[in-house]
Amino acid sequence: MDIFSFLVQTLNAVQYGLLLFLVASGLTLVFGIMGIINLAHGSFYMAGAYLAFGLTSATGSLLWAIVLGIPLAMLFGAALEALLFVHLYKREHLDQVLLTYGLILIFEEMRSILVGDDVHGVPMPAFLEGSIPLDDTLSYPIYRLAISAVCIVLAIGLYLLIQRTRLGMMIRAGSHDRDMVQALGINIKLIYRVVFALGVAMAALAGMLAAPISSVAPNMGGQVLILSFVVVVVGGIGSVWGALIGALLIGFADTFGKVILPEFAGVMVYLVMAAVLLWRPAGLLGKG
Amino acid sequence: MADTLFEAKELHTYYGSSHILHGVDFHVGAGESVALMGRNGMGKTTLIRSMMGIVPPRHGRILVRGDDMSRQPTYRIAQRGIAYVPEGRGIFPNLTVRENLMMAARPGVDGNCEWTFDRVMATFPRLSERLANGGGQLSGGEQQMLTIGRALMTNPSLLILDEATEGLAPLVALEIWMIVRDICASNIATVIVDKNYAALTEVADRAVVLVKGRVAYHGSSAELRGRPETIRQYLGL
Repeated sequence: MDIFSFLVQTLNAVQYGLLLFLVASGLTLVFGIMGIINLAHGSFYMAGAYLAFGLTSATGSLLWAIVLGIPLAMLFGAALEALLFVHLYKREHLDQVLLTYGLILIFEEMRSILVGDDVHGVPMPAFLEGSIPLDDTLSYPIYRLAISAVCIVLAIGLYLLIQRTRLGMMIRAGSHDRDMVQALGINIKLIYRVVFALGVAMAALAGMLAAPISSVAPNMGGQVLILSFVVVVVGGIGSVWGALIGALLIGFADTFGKVILPEFAGVMVYLVMAAVLLWRPAGLLGKG
Repeated sequence: MADTLFEAKELHTYYGSSHILHGVDFHVGAGESVALMGRNGMGKTTLIRSMMGIVPPRHGRILVRGDDMSRQPTYRIAQRGIAYVPEGRGIFPNLTVRENLMMAARPGVDGNCEWTFDRVMATFPRLSERLANGGGQLSGGEQQMLTIGRALMTNPSLLILDEATEGLAPLVALEIWMIVRDICASNIATVIVDKNYAALTEVADRAVVLVKGRVAYHGSSAELRGRPETIRQYLGL
């Protein structure tokens, strides 16, 4: 592998990993803070991609689709939390898995009714269409670089939100002792709602960003859900920074696995997960 | 008596099927200090948790400044100017000392901001040396100072202290008592649960003794101090 193809694969791995992080960070936050296992989280990614398809067709631009799509996803997340997830906090993981698996079926069926079962494509914004030439034959698409840039900005924003703001302090405190947070006059239910809506919006944004480079297709949430769980487990359940490291690791394992060991490409990600868990059973940054 | 700040009427509270409070009446006037006494398991902590709405009473009413807060969530009761330092302290070990304090900061009900971060630092100089430490890395006494400081950051009208000196070395407990005395002397009302009855009856204006979930005695703490037979009967001393 020459230096430029190595560079291309590295950039692909980073971009893929960062996109996975957008999905997985919401999954791990919702688990770490509210104790909810949400199997329907991949559906938010799918919903984002379909939202990008629908809104890009309506407005003519993916950028407008994202600007409109993020608040829609947040509203949807807040409504879902208020109507359904709020009843899961004091219930067992089995109940959570049953309800959220049921949601996957409902979301897929609704998608089928509303948009049909065809595969769609979403055009990328014109100003991001070009490529940066690397040598005579290789070049790298600007759109993929833009995805990575957006994800990095969001990861930094998430870091600042959780580590530097009072809301972040309340979120972290709430993951430890919700009664005490309430006794300080803080509405923990509102904080849960905000965290859930944020997780939904990030997964949906990942789906919107990915729409132009992958097709918008039925069941696209499933694969992302499984990989996101791998990321969450590798990083340590509940740890956002673990999810970032885990997502990059899985991005590299998947991308380079396909290049270096194509015959093992399907299992590479799981081999990495098994290796990490043998070394650190609670995940890279997991406690206990 | 000063204006009634907090009032509980005929509280009946259950944990599951066990009936803990049997019709407790309890009130705190503005700026008043009340000693809540009784042996272990008599319902002191349950009364406090009912007052805060953490374990809502099944019957009875909770009034804060005359407003019925009986079915309100804990955070609404706290927002009416009530701060709680629980038994076992309830610090957030995953937050730094500074964050534990900053997350709670807010003006009081009447808009007063007497308790600021700087004032808490001046009151608890030992905390100012440990601002960047995680809450879980502090000694027991420092953790207690942190929870009291954090409660003060909400600029409360009423501060509830449940076993604030429990498990502390005598000198550290003495330091906490000095701070509690200052708080009692200020315009903040207090409800205090503690095993040190001598210190407690000295700082408190009034004493309420619970026996098996009922109020067995209430009167001024000076009066209770003068009745050793009552103390022996209800508190086993």
